Amino acid sequence: MTVFVLRRLIQAAIVVLLMSMIVFFGVNVVGDPVDMLVSPEADQAEIARVIRDFGLDRPIYEQYWYFLKGAASGDLGNSFIFGQPALKLILHHMPATLELAFAALFMAIILGIPLGLYAGLYPDRASSKAIMAGSIFGFSLPTFWVGLMLIMIFAVWLGWLPATGRGDTATFLGIEASFFTRDGLSHLILPALNLALLKISLVIRLTRAGAREAIQQDYIKFARAKGLSTGRIVFVHLMKNIMIPVVTVLGLEFGSLIAFSVVTETIFAWPGMGKLLIEAILQLDRPIVVAYLMIIVILFVVINLVVDILYSLLDPRVRLGEQGA
Amino acid sequence: MTLRTTAASALALVAVMATVPAWAEKLTIGLASEATSMDPHFHNLTPNNMISAHIFEALIGQDDKQRLIPGLATAWKPIDDTTWEFTLRKGVKFHDGSAFTADDVVCTWERAPDVPNSPSSFGTYTKGKTIEKIDDYTIHVKTATPYPLVPNDISTIYIVSDEGGCEGTTEQYNDLSVAHGTGPFTITAYEPGAVISLKRNDDYWGDKPQWSEVDLKPIKSAPSRVAALLAGDVDMIDGVPTTDIETLKKRDDLTLSQGSSNRVIYLHMDQFREDSPHVTARDGGKIKNPLLDKRVRLAISKAINRDAIVARVMEGVAIPAGQLLPDGFFGVSENLEIMAYDPKGAKKLLEEAGVGDGFRMTIHGPNDRYINDAKIVEAIGQMLTRIGIETAVETMPRSVYFKRASRGGEGDQPEFSFILVGWGAGSGEASSPLKSLIHTYDKDRGFGASNRGRHSDPAIDTMIEEALTIVDDAKRQDMLAKATEMAMENVAIIPLHYQVNTWAAKKGITYPARTDEQTRAANVVKK
Repeated sequence: MTVFVLRRLIQAAIVVLLMSMIVFFGVNVVGDPVDMLVSPEADQAEIARVIRDFGLDRPIYEQYWYFLKGAASGDLGNSFIFGQPALKLILHHMPATLELAFAALFMAIILGIPLGLYAGLYPDRASSKAIMAGSIFGFSLPTFWVGLMLIMIFAVWLGWLPATGRGDTATFLGIEASFFTRDGLSHLILPALNLALLKISLVIRLTRAGAREAIQQDYIKFARAKGLSTGRIVFVHLMKNIMIPVVTVLGLEFGSLIAFSVVTETIFAWPGMGKLLIEAILQLDRPIVVAYLMIIVILFVVINLVVDILYSLLDPRVRLGEQGA
Repeated sequence: MTLRTTAASALALVAVMATVPAWAEKLTIGLASEATSMDPHFHNLTPNNMISAHIFEALIGQDDKQRLIPGLATAWKPIDDTTWEFTLRKGVKFHDGSAFTADDVVCTWERAPDVPNSPSSFGTYTKGKTIEKIDDYTIHVKTATPYPLVPNDISTIYIVSDEGGCEGTTEQYNDLSVAHGTGPFTITAYEPGAVISLKRNDDYWGDKPQWSEVDLKPIKSAPSRVAALLAGDVDMIDGVPTTDIETLKKRDDLTLSQGSSNRVIYLHMDQFREDSPHVTARDGGKIKNPLLDKRVRLAISKAINRDAIVARVMEGVAIPAGQLLPDGFFGVSENLEIMAYDPKGAKKLLEEAGVGDGFRMTIHGPNDRYINDAKIVEAIGQMLTRIGIETAVETMPRSVYFKRASRGGEGDQPEFSFILVGWGAGSGEASSPLKSLIHTYDKDRGFGASNRGRHSDPAIDTMIEEALTIVDDAKRQDMLAKATEMAMENVAIIPLHYQVNTWAAKKGITYPARTDEQTRAANVVKK
């Protein structure tokens, strides 16, 4: 296990370095942030000052070298438009995004698994067919459109929930989050649902496919023959075996929930990292874009690691150290 | 409890409710833009300056038409060619209780142009001026040469206190420990990306706002902003998209307010290269840049149907333009008309200029900067193709566009031949566009910084430079108007329309539209 983790960390370091290079050179090819920053009334001397102050007049490899030097000491550069360390800004916006992602993941699990299981166990019922048809919508409708529709229906027409923003937060067990308050929860439901819709559909389909396959297997038939209760067969024997692909996919999807909740955060004006990223991209705030992608790379590496460890817990046949990762 | 006491307490309750002033209320505004800092000198850009205006004040204010009004200075006048005297307001206190005096102005003047990491500094306005304290409530502003725009420049610098404010870092402003101004609101919370919370400054020297509390929430996505208003999350929004205006107008639970802005949308034409990169003959071969010929530029202007653009593309929410600023601004000419749509006349002019067969050209424009920018560019492309100038259309995000339009070509020259841009006159008078767009590009002296067509006419240059030294308002007004007339005569640029901005609010709340496109909670009125 230790060897496995160590090897993984070394791989991760190489990935992060390569990624930093691709990202840094990539974002530096596009456009010029100076025109986004400087007041239109500024004269040529002021424009020249900003270019000089932000080091944009230096050759790109030199800028990259400074970036690497800073990164080694945990400094990913200062945001152009906020004038604050990029890392600090991202971490500041992170709790809001994590909260949204966890809420969406939670919805995907508590809705997706039971519905998928039901559809898998009773595939011929009309309700199962309705669930599957619904999941196709969940897959195919674009997020931004669904988001706007959710706002129109639940906020504008019915007036049940607020349309945008994050609600009041409260601190519980040292965690400051908005799902501890009523106001916070009411703000959270729509964006979390919007973000979760695709994941719910995914989990439904995975669980159903798994259940359909497993139900035919000999061990289930044998369990039946032994006279075990249906509950025990489904929740102990069947569930354990169909959970592996679901956990893998949810792990990866959780990463993408955190990293790319951009659309949902923009539509719902949710003050998270995704909104910070998209605005940084639009205004060419390069340090934020680079720092963000660095954090995301690290995040995915960590999630994959956790998923691998979870595997070994779910399926004792998987031995991490011997796999060669 | 007897019936009588119940009735009495009910009455008492009614009485209490009646005596609570109607203005002890909270206002929530959804904004299309977001400030990047609470430091009033960190980033000289409208979204930041707009938020600063709630908390801080300058010596001179700008009213909704950008006319100068007394702020922290009660009076100002030139006492000789190069010196202006400002009389400061007495008895004003900063939010932290410290008194406002000339010392605050002096130290603000040092801080404003020199904030570390500033992406756009206020040096643009402070340079060339030195401040001298005469007594606690009098200052002199000296310039090297006569300069009439001292009051306009002064009106952009927000005054901070010499007790903490001047030494404060941007970080300290963001955590609100030194964010004390003299303005109509005090700031109580700043959550980047989520909300800026304000409280009425009950010690404010001027008209106090009607709202005891104000929340400013950035909601950048336009449909979400409209939905937030419809859902009642916010009481008012700015930047109403033109496509939604008609629908919103029909609702009787909303009121809209509209007003023309100081922003003109116009076309720049390559007037400095014989061989312009995006202009070719019809067969694709090289030709001498026809845009150098005034008749061709005039033909293009005549070929554009401004009324159609305003009616169709802008859905009626814009004003056709014939010069650099709408009527009512200082320095506009009364003699200039909107160029009439005349495709026949345009064709004739092309023939006279020897390009009767037309030519090929590409028009470039941004697609996320001005209201309906990409659609305007497309419409112009079609109108020009109709008179024989085969016009291809290319639009791109502003992050890519502006660099290429300003200095993307060889030798850091503008890359394009024919472009759409907008200009908002921050100073609220005509010298701003004249100086930046019409004056010959002159890097060393800071003229023509946004002259991306590189139009150059020494006669106009002289007039602009002279106007910038005339302290007498009437004479300067004439000079600016005349310079504008000459620029239009030259077809230096082609003005299309003035942008109109729209605010929407719940019934009973009105907002006097500002020409500088800013949203200021202090001016929001409840009827």
